[in-house]
Amino acid sequence: MRSIGLFELFKGFATIGLLGFGGVAVMARHVIVEKYQWLTDKEYATILGMGQVLPGANVVNASVIIGDRFQGPKGSIVCVLGIMVLPILILLMFALLYDKFGQLPAVSVALTGAGAAAAGMVLATGLKMAIKVKLGVAGWLIIGLAVLGILILRLPLVYVVLALIPTALVITAWLGKK
Amino acid sequence: MNEPSVLGQLARSFAMISLIAIGGINAVLPALRDVVVDSMHWMDDATFMQLFAVTQITPGPNVVIVSLVGWQVAGFSGLLVATLAMLLPACLLAFLIGRIANRLEGSKGLRLAQTALVPVAIGLILAGGLDLSQAAYRGWLTPLIIAANVAGILFTKLNPVWGLLASALVALAAHYSGLFVLA
Repeated sequence: MRSIGLFELFKGFATIGLLGFGGVAVMARHVIVEKYQWLTDKEYATILGMGQVLPGANVVNASVIIGDRFQGPKGSIVCVLGIMVLPILILLMFALLYDKFGQLPAVSVALTGAGAAAAGMVLATGLKMAIKVKLGVAGWLIIGLAVLGILILRLPLVYVVLALIPTALVITAWLGKK
Repeated sequence: MNEPSVLGQLARSFAMISLIAIGGINAVLPALRDVVVDSMHWMDDATFMQLFAVTQITPGPNVVIVSLVGWQVAGFSGLLVATLAMLLPACLLAFLIGRIANRLEGSKGLRLAQTALVPVAIGLILAGGLDLSQAAYRGWLTPLIIAANVAGILFTKLNPVWGLLASALVALAAHYSGLFVLA
């Protein structure tokens, strides 16, 4: 494996954080696989695949694993700091502006429009994933249960997730055999 | 507001949310909204959605919504506590699983977990999107904006940030032409 220094890792992940508008996943692949060629497409897909099923932010999880692979625990910390620090500084600037101008009617209206768009972005992310992954009967059943529990029964999400994980494993193992 | 107890509340709630966030922050937005708006009454739905919009304009991981909530609730210490609470538990778990992943690679158990958990993530994100769509409702214009953005993301290759900016402009235009009043 190539040796990649802490500073290089920080620089790469800071680039991902800083240029990752509208979701960091696309930028992460570009920087890690294409620009610096730290990982092959397949290696990256495997790590991101793990990041997706582990709880927490997908790309942050992936940066923990990639950092550890090249530089151990120190590498993990450096990669997470790299991807988080600059966005948080920019966010702080926006937060100060929001505190100052958020009450103005025009700002409020504009952010209401943007907020609705942001809700649409989340919805589209879910739909895109559902289209991309080839879901079987088990998959659709699990999605149906999640939506039922959260939106219709309005159960607390913690309970929904805790009940859904074993249910999903059982349904998938059982239907997968047939 | 009593600072230490607010910080404790932020840490407890967000650490819990961190560990159930299968599918990332998008999967747990209903839980986040539930804590911030319904249980703790730190802000109303309209403010929560405006903050969420601000974090979508910000580059970087979506998880910074918890940083911004922490900032609004308890200033800089709130930001630090909220961000760390959301990141630490999940990152530690990712670290441990990453270490044993080489041994798990290709194993039946891991394949089953991935096949089963990806639909869980998708279901949570879809429910999250629908929950936010309800929270974003401020009159006839907002459902149209949501639908337009979903269509734009599914059927074009444009960066979703353009949809965000266009939606802000459309809302302004509709408001100042008198067609749309915030409900």
